[in-house]
Amino acid sequence: MNTLIQFDYTLMIVAIGAALLGAVSGTLGTYAVLRRQSLLGDAISHAALPGIAIAFLLTGSKTPLILVLGAAIAGWLGTLLILSIVRLTRIKYDSALGIILSTFFGFGLVLHTLIQRTGNANQAGLDTFLFGQAATILESDVLTIGILGGIAIVIMLVFWKELKLLVFDEGFAASLGFPIRALDILLTSLLVIAIVLGLQAVGAVLMSAMLVAPAVAARQWTNKLSVMMFLAAGFGALAGVGGTIISSSASRIPTGPTIVLCATVVVGFSIVLAPNRGLLWDWFRHQRNKRNLKITASRLLKHPQRGGD
Amino acid sequence: MGLVSAPTQQTQPEDNSESVVKASATWGRLGEVIQEHLDIQLIAIVTAVACALPGVFLVLRRMTLMSDAISHAILPGIVLAFFLTESLSSPLLILAAAGTGVLTVVFVELLQRTKLVKEDAAIGLTFPALFSIGVILISRFAGNVHLDMDAVLLGELAYAPLNRLNVFGRDVGPVSVYVMGTILLLNLAFILLFYKELKLATFDASLAATLGFAPTLIHYGLMTLVSVTTVGAFDAVGSILVVALIAGPPATAYLITNRLSLMLTLSAIIGSVNAVGGYWLAYLFDVSIAGAIATMTLLVFGVIFLVVPNRGIIAIARRRTRQKWEFAQTMLVIHLFNHEGLPEAEAESEIAHLHEHLRWDPTFATQVVKYALNNRCVSQEETQLTLTERGRSVAQQALVQ
Repeated sequence: MNTLIQFDYTLMIVAIGAALLGAVSGTLGTYAVLRRQSLLGDAISHAALPGIAIAFLLTGSKTPLILVLGAAIAGWLGTLLILSIVRLTRIKYDSALGIILSTFFGFGLVLHTLIQRTGNANQAGLDTFLFGQAATILESDVLTIGILGGIAIVIMLVFWKELKLLVFDEGFAASLGFPIRALDILLTSLLVIAIVLGLQAVGAVLMSAMLVAPAVAARQWTNKLSVMMFLAAGFGALAGVGGTIISSSASRIPTGPTIVLCATVVVGFSIVLAPNRGLLWDWFRHQRNKRNLKITASRLLKHPQRGGD
Repeated sequence: MGLVSAPTQQTQPEDNSESVVKASATWGRLGEVIQEHLDIQLIAIVTAVACALPGVFLVLRRMTLMSDAISHAILPGIVLAFFLTESLSSPLLILAAAGTGVLTVVFVELLQRTKLVKEDAAIGLTFPALFSIGVILISRFAGNVHLDMDAVLLGELAYAPLNRLNVFGRDVGPVSVYVMGTILLLNLAFILLFYKELKLATFDASLAATLGFAPTLIHYGLMTLVSVTTVGAFDAVGSILVVALIAGPPATAYLITNRLSLMLTLSAIIGSVNAVGGYWLAYLFDVSIAGAIATMTLLVFGVIFLVVPNRGIIAIARRRTRQKWEFAQTMLVIHLFNHEGLPEAEAESEIAHLHEHLRWDPTFATQVVKYALNNRCVSQEETQLTLTERGRSVAQQALVQ
């Protein structure tokens, strides 16, 4: 009985953490998807690895806040490098992303082997960030996610008007005198926060899905930014809770990947079923048009003198 | 780290070198050590070149991230094939994984074709989902089989030479050299055979289509090659670092040249340099070889980014400074030219008052005067500046423009 309660309590913490994370990354991912920077999440989450390693090397502690800070700085630096490579050379966004993502990760791996070699007993578990161990989310992690994620969302709300303009008409925003580059960096920094928060829970490899999937799903249901953001937050939370419950229902189903698959299912539903944009609606419209065309055509054939002029 | 333990043995046998037998054993072991060094570097170079060649086209076609997607998404293919064959070195593994890679490309394009999802989001949806399926398959069903997650994802070049190919009982070298060598030859053959088609489809897809060059076929051919190459390199350097091998050298070469043929050659060379440099970096600091090769890739890219003539950061900065001074000098000579021979000329060409007329900072004005004097655009007579012949022509030219 005692273990059952304890289990439920752990499950609840994990579910709350995953839901919060899904909501935060869904909200901020909306911008990434709309700006066609969906894969920035992938880059940031990989580029964060050397930051985690350096933070650990410098402090010798595995306090989530310190590691998250290291990850954030490295991810942020990586993103700035990507932006400046694109600005200063003719190398395109995708290649810049690919280079920074993989080489930062490689450097992180180098540091990681250095740490392993020092034989610091404390280092065990540092590598779990790669796949994430959602099942090990603690109350303190939930608090971190809640507070930092909340701050990120508040900052986003404060600059709502500016960011919205940046997303939908960068040129117009520039012509109005908005500091485009500063806003770009602000938005990217908010993304960095969302991503490093998720590193521990769903892992570097899968965090990018949490940024993309809820936003893509939400996009199918609405044309309004605010509604899309609410929906994305909701879908993200839903995937988080759903994934946690499913993975806890059977043994040896990792939580992170299950959350990602839940989010993917939500996307699939949205793409097929969403009114107006969805594939099913598209099909219905197509059938109706075909029928109408047939009726018109048959009328024309029956009364050629009326339609033939 | 299998690699790192070996060289430390090198020093031990020196103590008992009197014995001829032992000495030969020493030489034998030294030979082994050297062999291991050579083997790993050979694998690294062949892998790097095999990745860099198709990478050139990915970088030019803005499809680099497809390689990232493929490198993650082939995981379920590898896992399923592993369940079937129960071996990590079976050729079926490569086929299944490459098939999954092509499937990834198809999925991304199907998603894009709905027009509901943009390309980047389509990639960002597809590969995490496939990767997740792979991870779940591993942790659910492969608990008691040896399929090490870290080894699959991160790869370890140091272990690659341990898996050796035996022909009629004779050791002819590591399996990886042959696998990656075959893939390299495949890539080379494809690029040489379809060079014209690839070039056209890369730089002008619509022209290629109107001329009947079937860009879709070229696209899928290239993507199949990328899949096969990724799978092959997966074993050696792991999934994420494949991207460093595919994107790094071509992007570095792209900073240097405009010519496709030269870009291909340079990419191969840079890839090899990164591989060897990374290997020795790893040896020196006793760290992950694949990670060190990626780090080397970043370093080489950074250095070229800094120093390359015309397009490098240093060149850009120098050009900007030069332009700043040139512009200021032109302003100065135009100013002098406008007032030349007029009554106010004496006041206008007074060095000490120039900054007032041109609204410059006094120290900046002094520097510009010095710059113009050095260029012999103006000459100084006590406190007065006069235009030289050269300065006059500079001013006239600027005014005409």
